[in-house]
Amino acid sequence: MRRRDFLLALAGLWLSRSSPAGSVDFAPVLPGRRLVFPADHGAHPDFRTEWWYATGWLRLPDARQVGFQITFFRVRSGIGDSSASAFAPRQLILAHAAIADPDWGRLRFDQRSARTGFGRAGFATDQTRVWVDDWRLEQVADAFSAVVRGDAFSFALMLSPSAPPMLNGVAGFSRKAVDPRYASFYYSLPGLDVRGTLSVAGRSLPVSGEAWLDHEWSSALLPPAALGWDWVGVNLADGGALMAFQMRGVGGAALWSAASLRPAGGVSRNFAAEAVRFEPLRQWRSPRSGIAYPVEWRIGVGRRVFLLRALMPDQELDSRRSTGAIYWEGAVRLLESGREVGRGYLEMTGYGERIQLG
Amino acid sequence: MFSLIAIVLGVALGMAVQAVHEAALNEFGRGLRSMSGAADLQVVGPQAGFDEHLYAVLARRPEVAEASPVLELQVKIPGTAETLQLLGVDVFNLARVTPLLLPRPTNTAGRFATLAEEHVFLSAAALAALHLKPGDDIAFQAGAESVRFKIAGDLPGTEENRRLALMDIAAAQSRFGKIGKITRIDLRLAEDAAADDAQAALQNLLPAGVLLEPPEAAADQSKNLSRAYRVNLTMLAAIALLTGGFLVFSAQALSVVRRRSEFAFLRALGLSRRSLFTWLLAEGAVVGLAGGIAGVVLGHGLAWAALSLLGGDLGAGYFSGLTPRLHFQPGITTIYIVLGMLAGIAGAWLPAREAATVSPAQALKAGDEMTLMHQRGHPWAGLILLLASLAASAIPPQAGLPLGGYLAVACLLAGSVLLLPLLAATLAGGLPARGPVSARLAVARLTAAPGHAVVAAAGVLTSVALAAAMAIMVTSFRASVDEWLNQILPADLYLRAGRAQSGAFLDAALQARISRLKGVSAVNYTRHDSLRLAGGAAPVALIARPLSADGRELPLVGASRPGDAGLTSTAIWVSEAMLDLYAWRVGQRVDLPLAGRKVSLRVAGVWRDYARQSGAIMINLADYRRLTGDMLVNDAAIFLAPAAVADEVAEALASMAAAGAFEIARPGEIRALSLRIFDRTFAITYLLEAVAVGIGLAGVAASFAALASARRREFGMLRHLGLTRRQIGWMLALEGALATAVGVVAGLLAGGGIGLVLIEVVNRHSFHWSMDVHIPWGSLALFAVCLIALAALAAVLAGRQAMRLDAVLAVREDW
Repeated sequence: MRRRDFLLALAGLWLSRSSPAGSVDFAPVLPGRRLVFPADHGAHPDFRTEWWYATGWLRLPDARQVGFQITFFRVRSGIGDSSASAFAPRQLILAHAAIADPDWGRLRFDQRSARTGFGRAGFATDQTRVWVDDWRLEQVADAFSAVVRGDAFSFALMLSPSAPPMLNGVAGFSRKAVDPRYASFYYSLPGLDVRGTLSVAGRSLPVSGEAWLDHEWSSALLPPAALGWDWVGVNLADGGALMAFQMRGVGGAALWSAASLRPAGGVSRNFAAEAVRFEPLRQWRSPRSGIAYPVEWRIGVGRRVFLLRALMPDQELDSRRSTGAIYWEGAVRLLESGREVGRGYLEMTGYGERIQLG
Repeated sequence: MFSLIAIVLGVALGMAVQAVHEAALNEFGRGLRSMSGAADLQVVGPQAGFDEHLYAVLARRPEVAEASPVLELQVKIPGTAETLQLLGVDVFNLARVTPLLLPRPTNTAGRFATLAEEHVFLSAAALAALHLKPGDDIAFQAGAESVRFKIAGDLPGTEENRRLALMDIAAAQSRFGKIGKITRIDLRLAEDAAADDAQAALQNLLPAGVLLEPPEAAADQSKNLSRAYRVNLTMLAAIALLTGGFLVFSAQALSVVRRRSEFAFLRALGLSRRSLFTWLLAEGAVVGLAGGIAGVVLGHGLAWAALSLLGGDLGAGYFSGLTPRLHFQPGITTIYIVLGMLAGIAGAWLPAREAATVSPAQALKAGDEMTLMHQRGHPWAGLILLLASLAASAIPPQAGLPLGGYLAVACLLAGSVLLLPLLAATLAGGLPARGPVSARLAVARLTAAPGHAVVAAAGVLTSVALAAAMAIMVTSFRASVDEWLNQILPADLYLRAGRAQSGAFLDAALQARISRLKGVSAVNYTRHDSLRLAGGAAPVALIARPLSADGRELPLVGASRPGDAGLTSTAIWVSEAMLDLYAWRVGQRVDLPLAGRKVSLRVAGVWRDYARQSGAIMINLADYRRLTGDMLVNDAAIFLAPAAVADEVAEALASMAAAGAFEIARPGEIRALSLRIFDRTFAITYLLEAVAVGIGLAGVAASFAALASARRREFGMLRHLGLTRRQIGWMLALEGALATAVGVVAGLLAGGGIGLVLIEVVNRHSFHWSMDVHIPWGSLALFAVCLIALAALAAVLAGRQAMRLDAVLAVREDW
């Protein structure tokens, strides 16, 4: 209980409801900026929050499928900018990782957090390299190496892209509300080929699969009226990719939504708010937190209608020790006309009590 | 009755001392446990801290699962005498090593409340003590400035009695001038790491003066620090108990005498020797048991009173900042009850054996008196015991305890008691057989039957010896401390910014301003730090101040070896404790960890230090600065120009810093304060002393009451022979005075010896300091006279009771 209290105050990293203007000059997200790679794979420390978010499906040697996710957050706290102390908590790195195994029935989860400095945590600005203790996500040649060593599980995966980044929104400028100040720079790397090892309960297994990497940074993300969001990123079986999200207000009303759909080998098409619909179908209530999450969705993108179904209902993630939030984040199947057309991840935030942050 | 009181008091004192210290130590241990949480090992170093990069080095090691850096400070709250333990921590790592310390921000504290530079979190005890609540502002002294913080929440996991403040480590470093420094790293080892191997591997990475210790070490050190003090008090209580046992002995002895014919009848009627013996022992046991039970009850009451009045260290200052609570401990309580019973049984043993061995026929004869105390006692055994006490004094301390000293005290006491009959006979022989009839009768009685007097005098002896020894020791100690204070406080004004661990200091600019101040002729600055010289040992104080080559400013003890012209090595001056604890000798070269490096220094001399029993090292300030580069200081000793007015200079000094930041004192005030603390520390020993004297008096009264009732026939006879009641009263008073005088003289002699043992052996071994012997002749003489007068009065009162019986009846009783 105490721990939760302390961490709630650390929270608000990315769900922060604070206004874009503050005492600290965070870099604003303005339209018209061209994303340049590989530099924009690296960190953007002038912005308030940033994350690298890898999700995917892994095939075990016995052909079973499990989901995995690893997220690194970089947070500029706005504290200690003028401090002479090497401990000054200007930049924080928070990470969490989870394995979704239907045989286990719920997530295996672990997390790390630290301030940068003293070799405990850090990031690079010229390419993807972010770490906290012995957890790291790093660009190695053209691929990304993700290493996690938790108490209940660990994995070391190589994620190799086969296509250029998919820029979401307008050339990577992704609006989150009617007010254009609430926006992020946001691109995705769908269709990553995954190889590596997964260790659970002391058993180390070779795994392969397909993954998705999101990289997003912002100084003001969540509009004041929003309680949370629903996001989905799916690698389509035909080699395409679908990303869709909605910002949700009181009563589940959509305040803003957007989607990107990229056919295999093609150019992505971005859908504006009015062309994207999220319709919750089936609820699942967590026995631990008592929070109810929709674990089945009907999603409309343009004229296409998809059905989203969770790999298993219990994929609630309690990351109050790192990001301070409790939410649902798990592996999903995408169906169209009763047929499975893709596999990906669904993230649903703000279903618990209204988060009091900032 | 009196023997019961003596046992009650002995048991009560022992119980009280035990209970109070148990409570204090429990509290201390618990506080430390919540502080160190799940830490397997702690990296500790000098009080002023060590290089923070060590944290990076250790956090990287595979043996280390988590490392949590801590910057611990004692912060002053300006304008008050209050200091608060402040921990600068990294909350991210805290959660995995010492989660009990995690702060709880208030709902309104805002995001990153635990990281914000202006935020501080206080434990409930600290909030209560300062009359603050979350949301309030609080000021801490940093350097000579006052810095405001906001209380952003509390520390719900800390012990409710612990006064503690916590803030982000970066804020603590930057606000209190500790950039680059940490004082502790709490480590949790990887699960697959063997603790011993890991400790060895990690210790190799640490610079000089930084050690790896299990978290219990701090508790052990403070326990050890106060242990000698605790044992000393327990020993005093034990002596009180011994005296109680002794009084049971005299009471039983005399009651056996009184009931001699009664026992003889019983024996004649067929009661076996064995049953009589057991019966008499049981009598003693019952008295002891009753005394024991009453004693533990009273002891708990005393402990409670002492805790609320004096604190958990009984005023000795070992556990400041704690408010311990008393816990009932059945085991220890039982032990004390059994001790009381054993004292009763032991006291009854000799008289019971004596009563059981005498043949009934002989005992039935009137006028046959005891042979309990031989005419001349056991002078040879007594002498041997006295010699043994000399030998025992030479035994080195065992595990930090002066066991040899205690043995010597026991031998001295026992030896004196055994020599007492000889002394009584000698004294009686030297008395003139002249004067009024009552005086002649009293002297004659002492000469002819010293046994009775000796029994009474023995009780007096033990209590007088204890009281005199304590008086001599405390007087010597106090006089030595007084003299020492005069020596170490030569300046006109003293200014203190704060102790080593605190965030308060004088920087170079302030030092220059103080030195330039009008009315100041010279300033000696002092820097305080502490060093870790050995694993498991308490930190040693390091004091850097200007010193002459011959160390004449110091209260030196013994020969010193100031630097020879040819020697270039830097001199240090060590306190006596360093000789005892680290076996350093004058002229020896020693390695000191200064600023993370080992520096070879020469022990130039030894000085007396009553302030730090775990040792202190003095070094010339210029040498310290050259070796460490540390230019800050904590204290300034200020010498005034001839015409300067102290008050004006003090005012000018105070205005240089935030209000209340500097403590400015004159040597007189410091002296008075120090002596007040000294007296407070010894308050408990004064109490024990008073109890010992009370027990002694009770002994005299008890002995004479028993004796008087045994002598009813004799009084009747004297009345028949024509003596008035008044004359018999005088005779009794004289007898009482003579017996007590014998006990007092012997007690003073024994007390002198015990006092010397306390000074030269017990104190030296326990606290590692020497003192000059000062004997309080006046008060000892007054004490002796009062005691003799009181004893005479007690004897008369006891006799009056016995004389109330009609003379004819009294005589007839025998036939």
